[in-house]
Amino acid sequence: MNRLLISKWAKVVVFALCLVPLGILIWEGFHGEWGPNPTQFLEHATGDWILRFLAITLAVSPLRKILGLTQLIRFRRMLGLFAFFYAFLHFSIYLGLDQVLDFRGVWADVVKRPYITVGFTGFVLMIPLAITSTAGMVRRMGYRRWQMLHRAIYVSAVAGVIHFYWLVKSDVHLPLLYAVIMAVLLGWRLFAWFSDRGRRPARGAPARKEPATVAAR
Amino acid sequence: MLLKRAPDLKYSDVTPRDIYLNRRKFLYGMGLAGGLALAGKSVANLTFPSARAYAATSLPGLVKGPFSTDEKVTPEQAVATYNNYYEFGTDKADPAKNAQKFVTSPWSVSVEGEVAKPRKFTMEEILKLAPLEERIYRHRCVEAWSIVVPWVGYSFSTLVKLVEPNSNARYVAFETYFDKKQMPLWGRAGIQLPYVEGLRLDEAMHPLALLCVGMYGETLPNQDGAPVRMVIPWKYGFKSIKSLVKIKFVKDQPPTTWNITNAHEYGFYSNVNPAVDHPRWSQAREIRLPGYFKNTKTQMYNGYGDQVASLYNGMDLKKNY
Repeated sequence: MNRLLISKWAKVVVFALCLVPLGILIWEGFHGEWGPNPTQFLEHATGDWILRFLAITLAVSPLRKILGLTQLIRFRRMLGLFAFFYAFLHFSIYLGLDQVLDFRGVWADVVKRPYITVGFTGFVLMIPLAITSTAGMVRRMGYRRWQMLHRAIYVSAVAGVIHFYWLVKSDVHLPLLYAVIMAVLLGWRLFAWFSDRGRRPARGAPARKEPATVAAR
Repeated sequence: MLLKRAPDLKYSDVTPRDIYLNRRKFLYGMGLAGGLALAGKSVANLTFPSARAYAATSLPGLVKGPFSTDEKVTPEQAVATYNNYYEFGTDKADPAKNAQKFVTSPWSVSVEGEVAKPRKFTMEEILKLAPLEERIYRHRCVEAWSIVVPWVGYSFSTLVKLVEPNSNARYVAFETYFDKKQMPLWGRAGIQLPYVEGLRLDEAMHPLALLCVGMYGETLPNQDGAPVRMVIPWKYGFKSIKSLVKIKFVKDQPPTTWNITNAHEYGFYSNVNPAVDHPRWSQAREIRLPGYFKNTKTQMYNGYGDQVASLYNGMDLKKNY
């Protein structure tokens, strides 16, 4: 399996798969599936995909560890960037269609409305992550600092779920489902971190090659 | 039988539902094709020879009612596929799919409470209480989208006068039909059911308040609240209760579903008001459907201020949202 993951085609395939949701959206547009309120339809559809891509990105580390698929790491950056890509679409639709480029209106929303505040925060936090996603940036920042910064994705994921939960009028099933998924993904990290900390002194092992937290990122 | 007006028609004459629905899809497709509309009509007649039965769902002899707007009417397709009817699912497209088997005949509406003459009205009676009018109203949802719909019905006050409310009657409580068997998604609605709504008696008596039995010259589609609903055009859409089964005249302000769900966000009055935001979004603008841009300015009382503003003289509309 790991060998499959390092094949040169793997990244191309994953990249294409990540574009499938966009392709479906466009296809639906040509077939009248956006319905009478396309703005709302697109906001919801892209919003869903942000949360899905955040969850998929956050699933990389646990899956590497649990299934031993270490090579999955090759896709993490791409997945995270696609989460940002769909977040960018989501925000653009809100800005362009919902707010009709009324920047003051957007700011008023951000300041006044908690669900926008939290959603906007989640989105803004993803911007530096996207910018610093290159290998050169990791080098320039130093791995430790880079890693600290990129933990902001946890905040974005939680913010995204809260944004969704506060947005729905009464049917909270879907937001709660996302909440459970994120809780499992983030909870696993907490668990891994604690169990790692517990193990280290007992073993009395010298510093490992890889810092314990790397596995838990 | 839905209509007493066409006594020669039996229920068996009614177009099968799938054909009826396909007809809509078909005509909409033709509409999209632009100039083909005329040709479409004749083709439709060829394709669906049961045109006579289809007429059973149309409401003939409509008179033009008062208060109609001359704004562009929203395509029926949009009004019939984009619905909030949580008993049939919370997605906008859900009710059009899930309400198709909803049984609306026979139907009756019980009118009770503080009235001299409580009684049950059968659907056939409701259709004959007054000449059916077509009224083109703006309809503004609390979610900041709006539509323009040619509703069919007559002023609710017509029915009120027949039951003679007594001096204790200060409010009217409305209730939607509720049946877990026919509404299997009810548990996901997240709101208390049956759906209930209410109006002050003077609001209910206002000639704009419509007892509605149809739209676009036909009986109501199930997802739009068949067979009979209220339409209160100066209030947010959720006040216009669907599939009415009970009307009760009461002394005290009755509970209303969205107010029960979230009192902070949905008040009893819920008059359209661009100056009072919903806590989670601005009400200053709306998207006129079908459309992309939320660039239509929302009007006070949804543009019916000349008619209804006096009902709220001296009231603090920020408090009584």
